Parts: sequence; C-alpha cells; structure tokens
Amino acid sequence: MSELLLGLLTGVLFGFLLQKGRVLRFDKQVGAMRLMDMTIIKFMMSAILVGMVGLYTLRAIGYIELSHKPMNLGGVIIGGLLFGVGWSIMGYCPGTSVGAIAEGRWHAGFAILGMLLGAAIYAECYPFMLKTVLAWKDFGKVGLPEAIGVSPWIVIALFWAGTIALFRWFERMKI
Amino acid sequence: MKWKLEDGAWSPYVAGALVGVLAIASVVATTALTDRTKFLGASTTFVRAAGFAEQTVAPDHVADNAYFTKEKVKVDWQFLFVIGIFLGAALSSLTDGSFKLEKVPPTWKARFGGSVGKRALGAIAGGAVAMFGARLADGCPSGHGLSGIMQLSVSGLVALAMFFGAGVFVAHFVYKGASHE
Repeated sequence: MSELLLGLLTGVLFGFLLQKGRVLRFDKQVGAMRLMDMTIIKFMMSAILVGMVGLYTLRAIGYIELSHKPMNLGGVIIGGLLFGVGWSIMGYCPGTSVGAIAEGRWHAGFAILGMLLGAAIYAECYPFMLKTVLAWKDFGKVGLPEAIGVSPWIVIALFWAGTIALFRWFERMKI
Repeated sequence: MKWKLEDGAWSPYVAGALVGVLAIASVVATTALTDRTKFLGASTTFVRAAGFAEQTVAPDHVADNAYFTKEKVKVDWQFLFVIGIFLGAALSSLTDGSFKLEKVPPTWKARFGGSVGKRALGAIAGGAVAMFGARLADGCPSGHGLSGIMQLSVSGLVALAMFFGAGVFVAHFVYKGASHE
C-alpha cells in the first residue's frame, strides 16, 4: 500500500511542477518542435542536470544501482522515430496528456484514447516485433561513461557545460 | 532570470530543476520503502490501462497475450504516479487561474481550423503511432528522456534524439505557416 501512496504523491508533485512550468500545453510541445519556443526543452534539461548529479552521487555512495534501458538498435531507433512522428501531430507525450486534461484542455482526451489504442495494437504486434525489429541488434543496458571508457563525472561536467551554453543561446534568440 | 512569469507560471528552469530534485527524492524513497528502486516513467501505464479495458470484453485474450503477460496488467506505483499527474496539474491550474476549457489547441486551430472532429482524428492517429513507437523503443520522454538521460543511458540519449529529430521534421511540414501562441 505504501508503494501506491508513494506513487500517487510523487505524481501529484510532478503534475504540479509540469503545470507550473506550463509544459503541458499542446502549443508548447509543438512550439519546441517548430524551434519557436523552447520552454519544454529548458524544463526537461534543467531536470536532467539536477537529477544527473543526484543519481550519480547516490550510486557513488553505494545507495542505488543505475537501471539503464536496453540499447536495442531497431527498437530505440524505429520506435523513437515513430514516437516523434506521432508526437508532432498529437502534441502531447504520455505523461503530459494526463495533466493537460486536468488543466481544462479536454481535447487531450482524444490523444489518450489514441495512445490506449496504440498500446493495444502494439500488444498484438509484439511477437512479430520480437522476431523482426527487436531481433536486429541489442547492445544491452549500457551507460555512456562505460561505453566510451570515461569517468561519469567528466561526462556530467561536459553535459552541464554544453547545456548551459544551449540555455544561453535560447535566451539570446528569445525562443 | 525571472523566477515567476507574468501569468503566474514558474520559470521553466526553476520548475524543471525542482523536477530534478523530485526525481532524486523519488529514487531515494522507493529504494528505502519499496522492493526496488523506481525511476519516473509513464508509458507502461498506458499498456496496463489498455489491458484493463480489453479485459472487460475479452479477458482470455488478454491472459494469452505475450506483451500483457510481460508488462503485467496491474495497478502499481507508476499507475498511481500517472493518476497523481492529473491531480497535481488540476491543483496547480485551479489555484492559479490558468485552468481553461479548450476545444482545440490554438496552434492547431491556426493551421486546421476549429473543428473538433478533425482535431480528434489527428490526436487519435498521432497518439496511436506515438504509443506504438514508445512501446517499441521501451520508453517515452519521461522514461527515456528524463530518467534515461539522468543516468546517462545510451538508449535514453539516442531515443530523445530520435523523438525530437522526427518531431522537428514532421512539425515543419504539418504546421507550416501557422502562428505560434
């Protein structure tokens, strides 16, 4: 039971912050894809910069182990491209669609309906995907620092520097 | 940099950084209080919700399906997390006056007009393609984008590049000429 309550509490805080950052809007998501309004990128990259330092610190003190998703070549590339195509027309991602309805944008319900349909279709196609796209090449659960043989802290420092430069550019371009 | 914007919105840098803190706190709490460390994610819940919906008409079919068996049709931590997103967004928008009933998103309206039917068609088709892709990639912008890149996962970095690359390419043609709100 505590597990479910914890999930609910975390979700409430997440939804609250997504709404305060105004990233739940169709226009913000499509605005980023049209390179006109980078609000969602600023939001997401800020979360990543902070979270990255915390998670690697927790790993360094032995509190957690990281959990990489497998780098399945066909799955991540074909699936990722399909997601991008659908995302640009739907204007929401799975997490934001639920919050969008809550702030009155009830048309996001159509997006949720479409996603439930997509999940059901995928469940039917899964055995076929296992034999085809997912069978091409799997590099396994791998982190970038291990893959290139560099300390994670060097990668994190470079990631911070690159992202801050990107933020400065966004502000200069007023996007 | 302004912390708060004119309409009561928080700076995306500030709100985003707080999500980073939340992600760390959530990892600490789930490691301490549940059977395993949980990272933020959302799209698996759509598989489980679809499974619940299908169970009402064809329970045997769901039981026999390999993907539903793999992902387990159950209410879990992430399911409640997704319900929480709804509650948190409602709480925030109702208390700062940004809640607004909207039939069609402004950018969509500028490009395709105010027809709800047309918007519904686009959203359903786009949603179906996007979720099919997210399941094939094994994650969405939360699981791959936020949680994956925070861990510097190769799969997360590649997935986000694909999400955004394809999104930018298609959006360029689909919304050509529409004003941005």
